[in-house]
Amino acid sequence: MDKLPTLLLVAWLLPLVSFAVICIGYSIPQLLGIRIRYGTQKYAAYIAIAAIGIGCILSMVALFGYWLPRNPLPAAEAHAAEPHNGATATGKSHFQFALLQVEEHERPALENSNAAPTYLYGDWYTLGQFGKLKITIGYYINTLTLLMFCVVTLIATCVHIYSVGYMHDELHDFSDHEARLENGQPLHRRGRFHRFFQYLSLFSFSMLGICIAGNLAMVFVFWELVGICSYFLIGFYIERHSASTAGNKAFIVNRIGDFGMLIGLMVIWTTLGTFSFGDTVDAKGHVVEQGIFSQLREPTRNYELAPADGMIAFEARSKIAEVVRNGGDQAAVNNLIAQLRADTKAHWGYWTLLIAGVGIFCGCVGKSAQFPLHVWLPDAMEGPTPVSALVHSATMVAAGVFLVGRVYPIFSPEALLVIAIIGCITLFLAATIAITAVDIKRVLAYSTVSQLGYMMLALGLGGWVAGLFHLITHAFFKGLLFLCSGSVIHAVHTNDMRQMGGLRHKMPVTAYTMLAGCLAIAGIGIPFWFGFSGFHSKDLIIEQALNFSRANGNHWYMQLFIDLPLAAAAFTSFYMFRLWYMTFAGKPRDHHRYDHAHESPRSMAWVLVFMSVFAVGAGWSLGKLGPGVLANFGVESLLEQARPVGILGDKTGALLSDLKIPDEHAGHADAIKYPAGWSAIFVALAGVAGATVVYLWELVSAASLRRWLNLLYHATWNKWWFDEIYDFVFVRPTLAISWFIARILDRGIIDSILHAFAWIYRGLAAIVAVVGDRWVIDNLVDTFAEKTWDTALAMRSIQTGRLRQYVMFIVIGTIVLFLFASLWWRYAVAG
Amino acid sequence: MTSLLFASLLTQPVGVAHYLVVGAVLFVCGALCMATKRNALGVLMGIELVLNGANLNFIAFGSRYLRNDIAAIGLDGQLMSLFVIVLAAAEAAVALAIALNFYNSFNTIDVDQADQLQG
Repeated sequence: MDKLPTLLLVAWLLPLVSFAVICIGYSIPQLLGIRIRYGTQKYAAYIAIAAIGIGCILSMVALFGYWLPRNPLPAAEAHAAEPHNGATATGKSHFQFALLQVEEHERPALENSNAAPTYLYGDWYTLGQFGKLKITIGYYINTLTLLMFCVVTLIATCVHIYSVGYMHDELHDFSDHEARLENGQPLHRRGRFHRFFQYLSLFSFSMLGICIAGNLAMVFVFWELVGICSYFLIGFYIERHSASTAGNKAFIVNRIGDFGMLIGLMVIWTTLGTFSFGDTVDAKGHVVEQGIFSQLREPTRNYELAPADGMIAFEARSKIAEVVRNGGDQAAVNNLIAQLRADTKAHWGYWTLLIAGVGIFCGCVGKSAQFPLHVWLPDAMEGPTPVSALVHSATMVAAGVFLVGRVYPIFSPEALLVIAIIGCITLFLAATIAITAVDIKRVLAYSTVSQLGYMMLALGLGGWVAGLFHLITHAFFKGLLFLCSGSVIHAVHTNDMRQMGGLRHKMPVTAYTMLAGCLAIAGIGIPFWFGFSGFHSKDLIIEQALNFSRANGNHWYMQLFIDLPLAAAAFTSFYMFRLWYMTFAGKPRDHHRYDHAHESPRSMAWVLVFMSVFAVGAGWSLGKLGPGVLANFGVESLLEQARPVGILGDKTGALLSDLKIPDEHAGHADAIKYPAGWSAIFVALAGVAGATVVYLWELVSAASLRRWLNLLYHATWNKWWFDEIYDFVFVRPTLAISWFIARILDRGIIDSILHAFAWIYRGLAAIVAVVGDRWVIDNLVDTFAEKTWDTALAMRSIQTGRLRQYVMFIVIGTIVLFLFASLWWRYAVAG
Repeated sequence: MTSLLFASLLTQPVGVAHYLVVGAVLFVCGALCMATKRNALGVLMGIELVLNGANLNFIAFGSRYLRNDIAAIGLDGQLMSLFVIVLAAAEAAVALAIALNFYNSFNTIDVDQADQLQG
C-alpha cells in the first residue's frame, strides 16, 4: 500500500510542476521584457492540461486500482436496514492498519457509534519543529480523499480543456471594452493566455493539497494558497475596476473567516498539542502519538465525543495551579482532571471544544461563502467564466464544506447547531436573491451560495454523507451550469439575461446540456428510485432535515430546519428554470445579439456533453443495477465507507441538553423517507411549474408579480442590502477611523510633535554653530595660524643666503657648544 | 698662565697634546679660510683644512704609541679618518659640480652672489 501515497503525491505535484514550468518559461521572461509569441503561448495550455489530466488518471488508478480491491464497499442498502451497525458499515477491509488489529480485542462492544474508517497517515517532509509543535507536509488518505481527488481532477481537466476555447481571445492583442482609458478609449493590451493556465495549475495544486493534507497546519497553508489563487483569477482582468475590487473583496472577506480559523487552530494546538488527523504508529503498530480525532473520541469511550484532558486542564487552570502550589505532583493533577471529567453537570472542557469547532467553521464560512460572509462570491463572477466553474462552484468553495466534513469528529452538537443555523440562513437568503437576479452568472453564483448552505445544513444536522454527497453532485452539475453559461456569454457577449432568449435554436448543445444541469440542481427524479444527480443528494438532505426536526419536535423553531430548505428547494427549481427559459426559450429579445450567436467550438461543446453525463449520473448507485465487480459502487457508498469516527448514533448536546442530533441512518426509515421524498419532489416540481407559468407560457406576467410583491422584490433585487449594510456598518466606520488617524492623529498630532522637535533641534544647532564652531574653534585655529605666520616672518631675516655668514654661525655655535660642554663638565659632572 | 702652558709643551716629549695643537691650528685656519674667502674654491679648500684637522685628532687619540698602550691594536682612529677622507672626496665632487653649474649660470663663483635661498 505504500504505492498509494506516492501515486497521489505525483497526482498532487504535477500541477505544481506545470505551474513552475509556465512561470519559468513564460511569465518570468515576460517580466524581463521578452515578448512571447502567441503561437508559443498556446503550449502553456497543453502543459497544464497534460499535468492535470495525468493527475486525474492517477487518481482514478488510485481509487479503482488500489483502494477499492483492498477495501470493498459496503452494500448500498445494507445500512438502511439496520441503522446502528456503524462498525460493520465502515467495512472490515482485507488490509487494515496494524493499529486497528492490535486494538481489536480491546475494543468495547460498539452499540451507538462507529470506529474510525480505514486510513493511511504519514509524513513526507517536516517543515520545522518548534518544541512540541511539528509542522509537516503529510497525508491522511481515506475514501474521502480519493473521492475528492477524482472529482477535483476530473472537473479541473474539463475546465482546462474548455478554457482553451473560451480564452482564445487572449491569444492575440486584446482590446478590453470594459476597461476604459482616461480618454474613453478601450484598453489595448497583449493577450496573456499563459498566465491563465499558470494560475489554474497553481489552483488545482492548492485544492488537491487541502484534500490530501495530513494535518490542520498543512490544510491552513493550502487554504491560503487557494485564497490567493482565487484572488489572482478573479482579478484576471486586472485593468477593470470592478474585477480588481472584486478580487480584493474576496481576499479580505476570506481573511475575516480565516481569523476565526486561526483561533480554532490555536485552541486545538493549545489543548491537544497536535495538528495531525491520524495516529502516528511505530513499527509494531503501537500508537505513538494520537491525532486530534483519537484524542477527542477515545476508543475506550466508545468513540463518543468528550473533551480531551488538555481542554479540561485549560478551563480548570486556576484549580490546577492551586493543586501544584500545594505541592501536588502530576498524578494529583491527573486525579483532579479525572474528577472534573466525572462531574457531568459542570461540563468541564465543553466550551473549549465548542470554540475550537466554531473557530474552524469560521474559516469554512469565509471560504464556502456562508452568511454573513457570502458577499464575496457573487462579485467573484468578474473572473473569466471557466474560473467561476472551477473555483467558485466545484472546488474552492467546496474546500470549506470539505474541511467541515474532514474535521467532523471535533464538532460538538452545539457546534453542529451553529453550522446548521448558518447553513439554513444562507440557503434561504441566497435562493431568494437568485430569483430576481438578471445576470446569468449571478443567478448561478447565488444558487451556489444557496447549495453550499444546503451542504452546511446537512452537515450541521448530522447528515455527514448527505452533505458531502451533495458536495460531489453539486460540483458536477454546477461546473456544468457555469460552463454552459460561459458558452452562452461567449456567443452573445453579454451576461444580461434580458438580452437573450430563444438561443436553443442557435446553440442546441449548450441548451440541452444546461437543461440537464437545471434538472439536476432542481432535484428532479422518480421518487425513491432514480433521478438526476441532485435528486439523490437533495433527498438525503431533506430526509436528515425532517429527521432532525422530528427528533427535536418539542421546539417549534426546530421546524424551520425542514421548512426553509423545502421552500428554498422550490425557489431553486424556480430560478433555474427561469434562467433556462429566459436564455434559451421564447423569442429573442435582442435580435442583434441573437443573429450573431453561434454554438461554441467543438472542444467546448464536447466538454459540456461529458460534464452533463456526470451531472445526470453522479448520484447513481450501481448496486441497483445488479451484481458485478463494482456492484456497490456509487458516491453514496464511497462516502459511507469514509464516514469519520464516532459520528453514527443519536447525539445529545452537553451544554444544550435539549438538543438532539439524530442518527443519519434513522432518516432512511420509512416513516421519514416517504414524507421527505414526496415533499422534496413536490416542491421541486412546483418550482418548475411556477417558472413555466411565468416565464414560458407567460400566463402571469413577471412585471405584475413584481408590482404585487413590491417590497419583497426590492429586498431581493438589492440582495437584502447586505453590501449596503456592510458598507455602512464596517467599511465607512473603518474609513472614517482611518481618516481620523491619518489626518488628525498622524498629520495633526504626531507630525506637529515631530515638527516641534525639528524646530528645537534647528535652534540648538544654530547656537552650536555660532558659539562653538565659529567663535571658539575658528578663533583657535586662526590664532594658531597667525602666530605661525609671525614666527616665520621673524625667523626669515636670519636666512640671509650668505655662505660665509653661515660658516661664522657654525663656528660661533661650535665655540658656544664647546664652552657649554666644558663648563658643564667642570661644574656639574666632575665637580 | 698661557705662556707657561706653551712652555711646558716645548719642554715635554711629543705627546697627544702636541698633535692636538697642530690639529687645532689647522681647524682654525680652515674655519677662517671658509669665513673670509669669497671664491667658492677657496671655501672648499677651507673645508678640507677643517676636515684634516679633525683627522689629525682622530689619529692622535687612536695611536697605540701615544696612548702608551702597546697591547691595543690602535686602528680605530685611522679607520675613522679614512671614513672622513672618503666623505670629503664625495663632498668635494658634489661641491665642485655645484660650483661649476653656478658658474655656468652666473659667470662667477663668488659665494656672496649665491644668495638666492635667502629668506
